[in-house]
Amino acid sequence: MDKTGEGGVVITKLDDVLNWARLSALWPMGFGLACCAIEMMGAYSSGYDLDRFGVIPRASPRQSDVMIVAGTVTFKMADRIRRLYEQMAEPRYVISMGSCSNCGGPYWEHGYHVVKGVDRIIPVDVYVPGCPPRPEALIGGFLKLQEVIRKETIRAPRAVQELMAKRTQPASVAEIVASSADIRNS
Amino acid sequence: MLFEELKQFIEARFGTGVILSEKADALQSYLVLQPERLAEVCLELHDNEETYFDFLSCLTGIDNGPEAGTMEVAYNLYSIPYNHHLMLKVQVPRNPENGLLPTVTTVSHIWRTADWHEREIFDLVGINFEGHPDMRRILCAADWEGHPLRKDYKLQDYYHGIKVPYDNHNEHNGFKSESVFLTEPPAEQFPDKREKPE
Repeated sequence: MDKTGEGGVVITKLDDVLNWARLSALWPMGFGLACCAIEMMGAYSSGYDLDRFGVIPRASPRQSDVMIVAGTVTFKMADRIRRLYEQMAEPRYVISMGSCSNCGGPYWEHGYHVVKGVDRIIPVDVYVPGCPPRPEALIGGFLKLQEVIRKETIRAPRAVQELMAKRTQPASVAEIVASSADIRNS
Repeated sequence: MLFEELKQFIEARFGTGVILSEKADALQSYLVLQPERLAEVCLELHDNEETYFDFLSCLTGIDNGPEAGTMEVAYNLYSIPYNHHLMLKVQVPRNPENGLLPTVTTVSHIWRTADWHEREIFDLVGINFEGHPDMRRILCAADWEGHPLRKDYKLQDYYHGIKVPYDNHNEHNGFKSESVFLTEPPAEQFPDKREKPE
């Protein structure tokens, strides 16, 4: 600070500092599901060096900020993924990496064992297309996520908003459809 | 041993009735055996010094579809010391009258290979192997409904509250994603001074 010769004070908005801190140290949960995980590991390694964005994989969901769903989500794995997501502390983010986890990918029609998009289990912030996406694409996904975080504000934390939206929303779409069917039948 | 010799070997020990039919001119010639006598024939083929089929190369379940009304299990035997092959098949009705799964006797006590292969066949096409020590699903989740590689398989609608079939799910699953906008193009925000040195 003193190097600038303008005193040791920097003035900024609290939101900006918090968001800057948050987006500069996005710790993903260290897990992979299929071939996309190989590209993800490539992105972690020295060739692409995700470390320069402050992206360091963590071994525990409790310490992680972002979950990279890298690979095919099977129904057998779905319960585990949902639990791991629930074990992460707020604020938490999800990057869906690759076609399988975006929408089922090549298994969309005949893959009886594949969840057709991880957003059927957990909310997704950034979708990275590709089969599998190159490491550059995953880095692009992280940059996009940083843009999302940059727009956040502590006056309206997203977790609280989502919770309130759930409370104020009387019924889900499925319930509305079911109740309208009841009305028609009666 | 050649295919014809192996056929005579089996007929000499178990009678001509045990072989229901044969196909000798196929790419892989095979014998169709009586399902109820499969295990004893296999045990003899495995133990006898003349045949010594010590290796079960593959074990395959086949659903011939509702029209044919049958299911098959194919056994590819191989003898490592003699370097000879034999393919056996058994055929069972697809839907027995009692409403249970079609049943074939196990060979897992003869070849350990058959243990997981039979579990896979049970999981995917739904053939029950009688006498198998651990007849559980091996690939699908334990509470999955139906056997996915059957010709008349229908997907279940929901599994643990997750919609199974593909549809325009982002519109119907109730989840509203936040739209992602990039800020201004980076070139304006962070002008690249290297292009035009001042």
